[in-house]
Amino acid sequence: MDEAVDLLAAANPAPREWTEVATAPIIAAIEWFGEMGMFCAHLFRAVLRPPYEFGELARQCDEIGSKSLPLVALAGAATGVVLSLQTRAALVRFGAKSMLPAVIIFSIVKESGPVITALVVSGRVGAGIGAELGAMKVSEQIDAMEASAVDPFSYLIATRVAACVLMLPLLTLLSNLCGILMGWFATTLTEPVTLRHFLDSGFHGVMFSDFLPPTLKTLVFGWIIGIVACFEGMRTKGGTEGVGRAARTSVVLASLFVILADVFLVRIILVLYP
Amino acid sequence: MSEALTVRKPCIEVKDLHKAFGPQKVLDGLNLQVSSAETLAVLGRSGIGKSVLLKLLIGIQKPDSGSIRIDDTDIAGLDERALNEIRKKMGFLFQNAALYDSLTVGENVAFPLQRHAKMPDAELTNKVRALLTSVGMEKAIAKLPSELSGGMQKRVGLARALALDPKILLFDEPTAGLDPISAAEIGALIVDLNKKRNITSIVVAHDVRGARTFADRVVLLNDGRIIAEGTFDDLEKNRDPFVQQFLGDTSREKIAA
Repeated sequence: MDEAVDLLAAANPAPREWTEVATAPIIAAIEWFGEMGMFCAHLFRAVLRPPYEFGELARQCDEIGSKSLPLVALAGAATGVVLSLQTRAALVRFGAKSMLPAVIIFSIVKESGPVITALVVSGRVGAGIGAELGAMKVSEQIDAMEASAVDPFSYLIATRVAACVLMLPLLTLLSNLCGILMGWFATTLTEPVTLRHFLDSGFHGVMFSDFLPPTLKTLVFGWIIGIVACFEGMRTKGGTEGVGRAARTSVVLASLFVILADVFLVRIILVLYP
Repeated sequence: MSEALTVRKPCIEVKDLHKAFGPQKVLDGLNLQVSSAETLAVLGRSGIGKSVLLKLLIGIQKPDSGSIRIDDTDIAGLDERALNEIRKKMGFLFQNAALYDSLTVGENVAFPLQRHAKMPDAELTNKVRALLTSVGMEKAIAKLPSELSGGMQKRVGLARALALDPKILLFDEPTAGLDPISAAEIGALIVDLNKKRNITSIVVAHDVRGARTFADRVVLLNDGRIIAEGTFDDLEKNRDPFVQQFLGDTSREKIAA
């Protein structure tokens, strides 16, 4: 009888107060940022003292950097083509067709190159790291590492975050290159123009300050992707389902924070380089 | 036998250990002493906190209160670096071996050695080979863990746990999920280790019959504390209904076998 009552109670939990329902997500968000703060603190402690896992860092640079090359190149190329097609129509309407190369190169270098690269990498690498660390967590491999007196923050986390930070600017450069080349290619299809002429007129007004800050802001994007995916992977609970959840949350949060960070970074860059 | 054991210096001493996960009390005032070179089996029903006890002993989880002394050092208050020094003296065989699945068998065994035992590459390779030979897995050195069966993974896990020549070995359900022959082989390896290397072992198990083959002494865990301890013979004389029920099941198993 008592068991039946317990079962009923479990099936129909007492209705929660509306204040509790309203505050629960806020508390969860505050907890998330608190735990993330502690995670970062642990990571900094691990980074500040040896041993350094250079072998694993190289492996992660290959995993995160080299293996993202085709995807990033393709995304960059597609952006270039689309920019050429769309802006051309708009510029023709305003009688500013000669500005086409400059508009394509400006948009790619200043905004779409870095952001699209970061979003593509969030998807590929965020899910990869989230799922890999999540699977290691639920199969006790992280525990086994600690039991072997090896700090998972040195071996697993620091290497992955560092690889993301180092690789993202390089991937962005590649994406920019593919975007500009394909932008030129798409332009020549409707109106033949030499690559040299396209680049000359496109880069005419571009200054170093147009190029460097947007490329360097991808360091921050790399940090966000690495730290969010590692954090979500390491707090995985509950078997295979938990691993799936870790991968999904990593991608969603990494993409979201990249976009939000971009708003702030663009604002800061505009203040520093008016 | 038990008199001889109590004279020896305790290698592991646990006092009034408490650990809870939220409202659920897992360990509730547990006391335990393990002498050096002893093989102790910790028995109890599934999900009762036996694995938690092992993880507390190696510092992967922190106790809520109580003290854990390993070789006269209380590990509860240690920072990560000091804890790692203690961990180097201990080996842990996880329930599902927990081999790093991106590394080969050889790299798994080399993992702790590369980081803690400064030795030239040639010596390292020889040591890895020797460790794998001691568990009968030398032929699998270049394989990935996913290519091995459960029993083979546990053997490699054991080789990895032995890599730093530990004084203490912790086994989490070493025979669970294995066929009787593989289970007996792992049991034989545990006995062998204890004899050859004088290792202090704590073996968590729920299978009484298996534990009988390798353990010097047994403790029975229930409701967060130890309710019976001694040799198997001592336990059989115990009149406590839970102890009788726990052992009774295995006597029936014995008949069936």
